[in-house]
Amino acid sequence: MKAAVTPKLYRWASYYSPVNRWALKVFTRNLFVFRKTWTTNLAFNIVEPLLYLAALGAGLGMLVEDVEGMSYTQFIAPGIVATSAMWAAAAECSYDSFVRMYYQKIYHAIVATPINLQEVVAGELLYGTFKSVLSGTVITVVIAALGLVPSPWALLIPAVLVLNGMAFSQLAMIWTGIVPKIDNFAYFFTLVITPMFLFSGVFFPLDVLPVILQQLAWLLPLYHIVVLLRSLTLGLVSADLIFHALWLLVFILIIFPLPQYLMRRRLIK
Amino acid sequence: MPVVVEAQNLQKYYNGFQAVAGIDFKIQKGQCFGILGPNGAGKTTVVAMIYCFHPVSGGKLTVFGNDVNNDPRTIKKRLGVVPQENNLDLELSVRENLLIYASYYGIKRDVAEKRARELLYFFGLSAKADQEVDKISGGMKRRLTIARGLIHTPDLLILDEPTTGLDPQSRRLIWEHLRQLKKNGLTLILTTHYLEEASHLCDDLIIMDRGVILDEGKPGDLIKKQVGTKVVEVDLEPAQRNALINSMDTLISGYQMAESTIYLFIPEDETKVMKALNNSNFAHTYQVRPANLEDVFLKLTGRGLSYEEDAGYESSSYAKTL
Repeated sequence: MKAAVTPKLYRWASYYSPVNRWALKVFTRNLFVFRKTWTTNLAFNIVEPLLYLAALGAGLGMLVEDVEGMSYTQFIAPGIVATSAMWAAAAECSYDSFVRMYYQKIYHAIVATPINLQEVVAGELLYGTFKSVLSGTVITVVIAALGLVPSPWALLIPAVLVLNGMAFSQLAMIWTGIVPKIDNFAYFFTLVITPMFLFSGVFFPLDVLPVILQQLAWLLPLYHIVVLLRSLTLGLVSADLIFHALWLLVFILIIFPLPQYLMRRRLIK
Repeated sequence: MPVVVEAQNLQKYYNGFQAVAGIDFKIQKGQCFGILGPNGAGKTTVVAMIYCFHPVSGGKLTVFGNDVNNDPRTIKKRLGVVPQENNLDLELSVRENLLIYASYYGIKRDVAEKRARELLYFFGLSAKADQEVDKISGGMKRRLTIARGLIHTPDLLILDEPTTGLDPQSRRLIWEHLRQLKKNGLTLILTTHYLEEASHLCDDLIIMDRGVILDEGKPGDLIKKQVGTKVVEVDLEPAQRNALINSMDTLISGYQMAESTIYLFIPEDETKVMKALNNSNFAHTYQVRPANLEDVFLKLTGRGLSYEEDAGYESSSYAKTL
C-alpha cells in the first residue's frame, strides 16, 4: 500500500520543483523581450485602469454618496489596483503565452535546451506575476500621488500583488493548456475574469448583495485581494487580513500543479 | 568509433497509433546519419525522441550512453536541435536570438557574444546581426536556426528537414555549411525526404516508411545492393509492359512500374539492355541514367518519396509520386 502511495506523492511534489534557476532563465528571456516592447504594453496595463478611475470616480462618484464613510473614488481606488494587476497577469498568461506556445513555438525552442517544459511554464508564471506586480505598483503610485493612499501600510501592497499575480497567472495558464484556439480565451475572460472584476467588491460593498452571493464571493480570489488592498491602503489592519492572505496562498499552492500538468498533456505526446 | 546514439527495438505510440514500430540503429561519432523517408514515415518522431521531447513508448534509446528516460538534461546539454519549423524569437534581432538561446545553457555573456560573432560569420549573417528576425529571408532564418543550435558547441546536431521549403540556392548553401561542420568533426543527424540531400551529406542512412526501417547502409552501397548502377526509363503502353519485362528478364536485376514509365534496374553494364531495346519492336522512348536513392525507395515501397513541395527541382523530373 505504502509503495503505491509514495510515487504518487513524489509525482505531486515534482510539480513544485520547477520553480528553480532554469525557470528563472525563461523569466529572464521574457523580461529581455519586455525591455524591447514595454511601450506597447503600457496603454493596456496602466492607462486603462486610470481611465476607469477617472470615469467612475469623477463621473459616477458624483452620483454616489460616501461609501463606508469615504468618497467613492477613495473606495474604488484600491480595487482598481487589484483589477489592473489581475488583468495584467490574466492577459499575459493567456493571449501572450498562447502566442509564444502555439504560434511562435518558443516553448518548443526552449525545451530543446536543458530547460524542461514544466520549468518553461513556471518561468511564464513568474513573468505573468512580474507584469502584474509592476502594473499594480504603478497604479498604486499614481493613486498615492492623487492622495488616495493615506496609510503607510500600503508599502505591503506589492507583497499582496505577488499573490494576486501568481493566482491569475495560473488561472490563465490553465486555459492556455486547454484551449484549442486563441479565440477560446473569450470564455475565460467572460466566465472567469469579468465576473470577478464585477463581483469582488471593487465597485460596491458586497453587503448590498443577497447573502448567498456574498458567500459565493468568498470563493473568488479577487475578493480577498480587494479586501487586503483596501485595508492596507486605508490602514485598517487587523488579524483577519492574515486569513485572507492564507486563503490566497493555499489557492495558489493547490492549483500550482495544474498548468504544468495541462501543458505537458497538450505538447508532449 | 564511439557510439553516440543507440536505439534498440525503439517504439513510439500516439494514442494507440504506432508511429515507430521497434527499430534498431547505431550512430557513430563524427558521422552524418540520415533518416530518409516520405512524410509520415516516423522520422520526426525518431529525432524528437533522441532530443528527449517525446517520451519513448518501448525499447531502449541511449544518447551519449545515457538513457533518454533517465537524464534528459544531461543529454540536452550536449546536443543541438534544428527543428522542422523555425521557432526563432521574432521580436528580437539576429544576434539577440543567439544570446538568449545561449542563456538557456547558462553560457556567460562574454563567451556567448564571442561565440555568436563566430557563428554569424560562419553562416554569412554578420551583416544582418542587428536586423529583426522578421525581416530576414527564409534561407537566412534557416541558417540562423542552425547557428542557434550550435551556440553551446554541442557534440551532436540534430536537423529535422533542414532545407524543406527552401529554394535550390539556399538549400545548396546549407549543404555547404553542413559539410563544413562535418569536416570539423561534428556528429550530425539529418531527417529528409530529399534523396539528393541524403546522398550528398549522409555517410550512413536508414530508409524509413510507416514506422519501420526498410533498409540501411551507405547511400552508394544501398543503391548498388537494391538497384544496381544504372536505370533505364522506358515509356510504354501498359499492355506491352509484361512482354517487355519477359524479354529483358535475364538482363535486368529488377524493375518498377510507375504510371506511364517503367524503370529497368541494371546491375552493371547497360549496353546489352540498350541493344535489346533497340532491336525490339516495342513502340517506346527511353533514357539511361545513374541509379539513385529514389529508385531504392521506389523499389522498397512501391511508391516515391513525396515531392509535392518540390515542383521544378531538378531531381524531381523523373520522380513519380504514386
